[in-house]
Amino acid sequence: MKAGRYGVYGGQYMPETLMSALIELEETYRRISADPEFSRRLDWYLREYAGRETPLTYCTNISRELGCRVYLKREDLLHGGAHKLNNTLGQALMAKFMGKRRLIAETGAGQHGVATAIAGAALGLPVDVYMGEVDTRRQALNAFRMELLGARVIPVASGTRTLKDAINAAMRDWVTNLGSTHYLLGSCVGPHPFPRIVRDFQSVIGEEARRQVLEREGRLPDTVVACVGGGSNAIGIFSPFVDDDVALVGVEAGGAGLDTPRHGASLSAGSVGVFQGALSYLLQDADGQALETHSVAAGLDHPSVGPEHAMLKDTGRVRYEAVTDAEALAAFRYLSRAEGIIPALESAHAVAYALRSAGDLDRDGILVVNLSGRGDKDVADVAQIRGGAA
Amino acid sequence: MSRIAELFARKNPVFIGFAVAGDPDGETSLRVAKTMIDAGVDLLEVAVPYADPVADGPMIERAHVRALEAGTTPDAVFALVRQVREYAPDLPIVLFTYYNIIYRRGADRFFADAAAAGADGVLIVDLPVEESDEAAPAARRHGIDRIALIAPTTSPERRRAILRDASGFVYLISLEGVTGERDRLSPDIAGLVGAVREGTALPLAVGFGISSPEHVRAVVAAGADGVIVGSALVRLVEERLGDEAGMHDALRTAIGAMLRVLVPEREPDIPGRESIEG
Ligand SMILES: Cc1ncc(COP(=O)(O)O)c(C=O)c1O
Repeated sequence: MKAGRYGVYGGQYMPETLMSALIELEETYRRISADPEFSRRLDWYLREYAGRETPLTYCTNISRELGCRVYLKREDLLHGGAHKLNNTLGQALMAKFMGKRRLIAETGAGQHGVATAIAGAALGLPVDVYMGEVDTRRQALNAFRMELLGARVIPVASGTRTLKDAINAAMRDWVTNLGSTHYLLGSCVGPHPFPRIVRDFQSVIGEEARRQVLEREGRLPDTVVACVGGGSNAIGIFSPFVDDDVALVGVEAGGAGLDTPRHGASLSAGSVGVFQGALSYLLQDADGQALETHSVAAGLDHPSVGPEHAMLKDTGRVRYEAVTDAEALAAFRYLSRAEGIIPALESAHAVAYALRSAGDLDRDGILVVNLSGRGDKDVADVAQIRGGAA
Repeated sequence: MSRIAELFARKNPVFIGFAVAGDPDGETSLRVAKTMIDAGVDLLEVAVPYADPVADGPMIERAHVRALEAGTTPDAVFALVRQVREYAPDLPIVLFTYYNIIYRRGADRFFADAAAAGADGVLIVDLPVEESDEAAPAARRHGIDRIALIAPTTSPERRRAILRDASGFVYLISLEGVTGERDRLSPDIAGLVGAVREGTALPLAVGFGISSPEHVRAVVAAGADGVIVGSALVRLVEERLGDEAGMHDALRTAIGAMLRVLVPEREPDIPGRESIEG
């Protein structure tokens, strides 16, 4: 396999001006991966600051109802309320080791923007966050949170004014400020080495979950489920299980249904293409233009997906399924009531799949669901969708 | 000899004008190309509209959006190139594109269509040399020059790899950044031109940020064989969307002003000059 490739996928489809920065990033990453001082400091931040390890919660009520043993990996309890901080702390620390003086990031729902703002504040790096104009309005609370955390939110008024345009804008900033700035990409997408770096920083989820479930059950789970937007929380929990006899299921945004154009399921319904630096599955038209996508979960509302997932789909090692907005909303409500845990709408997709598929497992079957984030950010949206009714 | 090689052999420096195909719509875009040619553009660079142009600044991105909203597909771009080719049989035409347009069509078919339409070169803005395994042979098969890009950030080692694979001319990116007009040029264009010159016999054209006759003069003084002007021309289209006559006037005036700077710098065609100087 070529460096930076996952099967045929991945690569570095980037303007020439950025290539030097990607090469620098690759070299830095190699260096810090072998640097005990880096690991020691990252461990400290993850443990003392972010609150790792996160619990693997056995869900008594759901398990009883579904007739199998259901665990939630509680990334919702990580500081900031989502798994995003694992990656932002890692990359922000790496930026410091590289001597960069400024962080930039893109954000859709605002979770990655908030996590970058947190990491920037903790490590003393100024942060500029690009956010589609549509999203600054849809996610006004998170925009305010970022500003509270000292970041500057820059609304992006080009293209569809959503996440993909925020990524474009961040790349343009990066190419103009290469010397001073690290682009802290928020998912396992984009050109090599980003998919690798983000996967590695998120793999702490799966490493903990694997150890925790072995301690608790004395064996590995039957199935691990995670939602897939760009794919970082999923690749983070899947990676340590890839060589095990464990079924892995990635759940994409089915939106209004895969029989409509309103969804974000690039693996289930897309085709292979080059987008924002990588060859992967992409929702695109016949000419290669990315399509507008839709999901009730802003964090899954993206036309492409990380290249490693593209490979895992082709090899069949991971199964990718889609869950509709309606199913996700039902799961959002269900988990809140059944266990007293309000999931992020993104994570609710994974929960919805678990509800749908629990019948496949027998009473001793073990299901681990990655609860990638908490749902406080979505409460106002859901109230509006449901006309105020809880 | 290809049209590109023939041009650079005949003229130095050359003036390269850029337009987004289909901006603001197909028919106007053809008339814009004709105006640019009539005004004296030596080589036309035609961008294939793309929804996510990460290497471009806001001015050219808006042109991509206008062209896409007018329904400009790659097929429509090839049709435009064909019409320009009929209008100007000797004019070199280079397509400027993002790679997914090529990948989606299939590299072989893309370059076949480009060649059939009459294009001479293709510049793929997000395809570094490391990823060119598929595009390079397809371009060669169909006799299309693949215009290489070199940035100020390109290391000498990568520069060598890029030049090994280049044909037509080499596009030097003047600055660290995206396309778009700038008040001032990057100070070390001469250094970049000199460094690249050591590694290739191909002509060198400089683009990104070149916005005024003063910039054109500076680029030529830096030793470039060509200047590429994009955003400054696209802006004239954007500013006069409701006034097409004014648009053509503005393009003629701007191109004329930049060409006047070029002309005195051009090597005078005096036979025996070497013996006079030497
Ligand atoms: C809570 C949560 N889960 C999942 C995602 C999707 O991203 P990824 O697929 O990279 O984990 C997001 C993105 O914003 C998120 O906020």
